[in-house]
Amino acid sequence: MSPNVLALLPEIILTLTGVLIMLAEPLLSAGSSRKPLGWLAILGTVAAGLASWYQLGFGTLHAYFGTIQVDTFSVFFHLLISAIVLVTLLSSVDYFEGHATHAGEYFALVLFGAVGMMLMTCSVELLMVFVGLEISSISTYIMAGFRKGQASATEASIKYFLLGSFATAFFLYGIALAFGATGSTRIDSISMGLATTATPTLAILALALIIIGIGFKVSAAPFHVWTPDVYQGAPAPVVGLMSTAPKAAAFAVLLRILFSGFPSYEPRWAGLIWIIAALSMFVGNLGALMQRDVKRMLAYSSIAHAGYLLVAYTAFPADGIASACFYTAAYAAMNVGAFTVITQIGGYNERARTIDDYAGLALKRPVLAAALGLFLLSLIGIPFTGGFFGKFYVFSAALHSGRVWLAVIGLLNSGIACFYYLRLLAAIYTRPTTENDRISAAARVSIPAAAALAITAAATLWLGIAPNGVLGLAQQSADSVHTNPAQPAQDTTNASR
Amino acid sequence: MVPISWYLVLAAVLFSIGVASFLIKRNIITIFMSIELMLNAVNLTFVAFAHMWHQITGQIFVFFVMVVAAAEAAVGLAIIIAIFRTRQTLNVDQVNLLKN
Repeated sequence: MSPNVLALLPEIILTLTGVLIMLAEPLLSAGSSRKPLGWLAILGTVAAGLASWYQLGFGTLHAYFGTIQVDTFSVFFHLLISAIVLVTLLSSVDYFEGHATHAGEYFALVLFGAVGMMLMTCSVELLMVFVGLEISSISTYIMAGFRKGQASATEASIKYFLLGSFATAFFLYGIALAFGATGSTRIDSISMGLATTATPTLAILALALIIIGIGFKVSAAPFHVWTPDVYQGAPAPVVGLMSTAPKAAAFAVLLRILFSGFPSYEPRWAGLIWIIAALSMFVGNLGALMQRDVKRMLAYSSIAHAGYLLVAYTAFPADGIASACFYTAAYAAMNVGAFTVITQIGGYNERARTIDDYAGLALKRPVLAAALGLFLLSLIGIPFTGGFFGKFYVFSAALHSGRVWLAVIGLLNSGIACFYYLRLLAAIYTRPTTENDRISAAARVSIPAAAALAITAAATLWLGIAPNGVLGLAQQSADSVHTNPAQPAQDTTNASR
Repeated sequence: MVPISWYLVLAAVLFSIGVASFLIKRNIITIFMSIELMLNAVNLTFVAFAHMWHQITGQIFVFFVMVVAAAEAAVGLAIIIAIFRTRQTLNVDQVNLLKN
């Protein structure tokens, strides 16, 4: 196998599966079930995950003139993204059945989005990062508005589209200025170019613009305004996907850019990230306190979690990167899980929206209630869940690096967060069912959705009870990002000149 | 010869006009056009720097930005049509179902 094909094997598998689904979709008759296409997508995702695992045995791979670098860091995020996409597909195989006419397109878009996200995490050339970012974003814009007959869904889609494109323009302007300051758009060459640049002001401006652009994508405050509206209007399984996978990819890009591209500017960007992290935690948690809509509440909670994650960026590289990687995995497990439950309870038309609609869930749907309870406890950060170890590693990394105040703000915010998660939990377990007719006790959870729930619940518990395996991989990933930032691939140094 | 800084200042001004009109304008199509203006300001910056560094990278970047902007326009206009079908208006102030 040529090195180029080997390096992009997961992406190639996903692309081919997606194209196959797109070709098969119009051949199926209008009213027929699209489930087989969903299963094909699941098969492709599993194959892509296995391909990423296979890549782990080859060490660091360079391909396409050195623009692609598959190291442990890339593989970590590839596996994470495959897992998120797998769970999303499992929970949405039945979701569009009987509602949308061209559900096959949805499965293909999920796969194309995953290709973009994977490309983002394994690119060391900002051009490829940009292309990956756009592949993932454009797919997600469409998915957000997939229930196109509903006014709220199209509204979510347009808001996401306009603000996402706005952010992309900032990100691009940042890349352009970085190119101007250093004469390169390769992350490792930027790092070397910064040492000799004649215009450090331009480089600082570039970095600020890149952080703004990525800040929009990960919905960190003060760039979070789109998040609540989009999460409220988009279909629940799509929200589960887009609150975790594209964010994980964007966080990975930010890690690479900051720790491999701009390590010499650490004192400057650490201050900026400090402010964004603190602001995100406060805005997210205080905003979530005011919400009655469950999806909107989880949107604010995702802003807060972006804040916790950014705390890790201010820590020393080795600990900081490892804890950031671990946190993305833990957050993905619990958040996708929570949205899987919401998908099952609400259904296509989202009958249950507010916290009151969830009253008495434990009596009507005990298994779903228990699963949601587990994910909420993990989001709070109760021991023996992934959320606890995620927070623990992030805050201890921050403390070891002397970021005491940021860790204190983080712990304070974890306390605030208890209120709104527990309010939902209390509604589920303590209130009588008589006041609520939004949840039908008769509905059943389908087998793929049950598998999705089992995977996320198991992952949440596994990361909380035996975190060492994932943490070890996260630490290896950290090494591949920050120990050899200035070693360009041999064959490629001057390929672009 | 026109010095490089002129191009950069022009690009910065265009980008700022794009940002300002994104925030001020109320018609979705006009907002979308202001994003295109921002992207083209970025393109101008890339070309100017590509000339300054004598590197082709910046110019290649411009091609990719144009292609991606075209793909984005296709999706964006489709979403705008969906918006118009569901509520017969393109004024962003009236696209406000998702509020508390």
